[in-house]
Amino acid sequence: MADKDVLGRAGEARAAAYLRERGYRILDQNWRCRDGEIDLVAAHGGQLVFVEVKTRRGVGFGHPFDAITARKLARLHRLAVAWVVAHPEDAHGRAVRVDALAVLGPDPTTAEIEHIAGLQ
Amino acid sequence: MTVARTWAVALTGADGALVEVEADQSSQLPGLHIIGLPDKALGEAEQRVRGAAANCALTLPRRRVTVNLSPASLPKQGAGFDVAIAVATLATDGSLDLASLARTVHIGELGLDGRLRPVAGVLPAVLAAARAGVTHAIVPHANQDEARLVSGVHVVGAVTLGDVALWHGADLEPSEVEPVPAVAPPPARASVGDLADVIGQREAVEALIAAAAGGHHMLMCGPPGAGKTMLASRLPGILPDLDDAAALEVTSMRSLSGDGVAALVREPPFESPHHSATVAALVGGGSRVVRPGAIARATNGVLFLDEAAEFAASALDALRQPLETGAITIHRSGVSAAFPARFQLVMATNPCPCGSYGVRGGACVCPPDQVRRYLGKLSGPLLDRVDIELGLRRVSVAQASEAGGHATLSTAEAKQRVLGARSRAAHRLRDTPWSVNARVSGQWLRQGPLALASEARRPLDAALHRGALTLRGYDRVLRVAWTLCDLEGRAAPSLHDVGRALFMKRGIVA
Repeated sequence: MADKDVLGRAGEARAAAYLRERGYRILDQNWRCRDGEIDLVAAHGGQLVFVEVKTRRGVGFGHPFDAITARKLARLHRLAVAWVVAHPEDAHGRAVRVDALAVLGPDPTTAEIEHIAGLQ
Repeated sequence: MTVARTWAVALTGADGALVEVEADQSSQLPGLHIIGLPDKALGEAEQRVRGAAANCALTLPRRRVTVNLSPASLPKQGAGFDVAIAVATLATDGSLDLASLARTVHIGELGLDGRLRPVAGVLPAVLAAARAGVTHAIVPHANQDEARLVSGVHVVGAVTLGDVALWHGADLEPSEVEPVPAVAPPPARASVGDLADVIGQREAVEALIAAAAGGHHMLMCGPPGAGKTMLASRLPGILPDLDDAAALEVTSMRSLSGDGVAALVREPPFESPHHSATVAALVGGGSRVVRPGAIARATNGVLFLDEAAEFAASALDALRQPLETGAITIHRSGVSAAFPARFQLVMATNPCPCGSYGVRGGACVCPPDQVRRYLGKLSGPLLDRVDIELGLRRVSVAQASEAGGHATLSTAEAKQRVLGARSRAAHRLRDTPWSVNARVSGQWLRQGPLALASEARRPLDAALHRGALTLRGYDRVLRVAWTLCDLEGRAAPSLHDVGRALFMKRGIVA
């Protein structure tokens, strides 16, 4: 595994732990389909939360949120629909929400986390 | 997360309107969205703000920021809003003093390096802000002298966006950067020649002094080489210096035209557009940004149209309305821009295309219809607005050698006479809204407290009866008669003054 992918996995693990602490139930992780990958899928209250996790060691290449472009966001929404179609029993009766989570710091296990809920 | 508010100015013509720049964060991915009718240059402010903030070690919020320019219905142009947009955006993080922001107007364009670049129209913009009650203004360092001409506003000249943030309480190291240099003000008018250079032409010099004393419009008609251009270029020299209000108006027009401004312009402007000028060049125009034309830049001064008959007829006739009202309003989609246009019109023309028609000893080679058409370009309605029509002859050898002996009037002497006449007129008109003879309303002249005795009016009434004068022309002759009497220091125009004024208007001997 390339170094950047190791960092990405570590960031996603940290993000999952962060969400669990806040009462989210993780339903799926790194779900793949033909269009791409969803980092995390969680259930929170009546909502189904799809989370894009971005991990960076520093802001030398910009803030993690700057890396989520309008195109990526649109794809995330499409992937969310694909996941709902693939998992009708989990999705039933839940509203869909798309979140972004930034993990920023040299060590993902202690890095700072920023969370934006309900992206449009 | 807070809503941050600050002020900028949108200019339409010579008037400025305060624009509230408000910025709000929302929990979305980072981005800067500008709404409120921005034009293309203003819409690109996002990139300039990003670059400038990054190079001044300022961090923009990591959320979506929406910047609203209100009133939203007013079209806004140019990059002068950059600084206001940048500080409002930065302040949504709460790192700047919101109260300080809310009492400050920001004007300036940002460079990617974070330096503030000068913009046109800072003087009218700060003036508008001061009238609207704003107490503080932050302007580019290069524009600070210009902004300080406005009294009652605390002006700060900022070199970089960092300086602006610092002033509003940001925690930053002050930067040591060279400011963007100011646009150099145009050099003072290349020394205008003295009136004493004019040889012979006694009558013409007297007419010029009368025009200067009363602010009268003037037409000079004569063969090439008679000294028309020479006389006209001496006119600003004998006009009195501008008072504060007029100087501010003239300086504002310079600023709007993009000229550098360092101090109030006290000398009356002299605009001499070339005869290929279009209507838009003369009265002002432009597709989105309405720029002042020659008549607005000539306000409180002289508009000189050399070779007037060579101008397009439409361009000349566009001057008729501003000549009456002293202002020009230009309408474009969404905006109407008003500029002052209280100029003194001086036109010079040849009598025919070859220039020799009616000249003693000259042989005109133009066909008769061309001669007629040439001066016909100066339409009746335009000529009716001219107070003094002056026919010039070439100076003969005898006159030239005679004048070589004793000097004619110098500019300084002529200016003294003009100042004397102007102060007498101002004293007489002290209870009226006017101060110069050329602006006094005709009704007041005819029926006001200083109406002329019927004896002195006799030649005028006769000309009106004959149909040689319109009623407007009648009023114009009366105004010139008052100016002539002011120059002589008399209490009221005599029959002689009225006769001379009538002669200057129409060449009619009473």
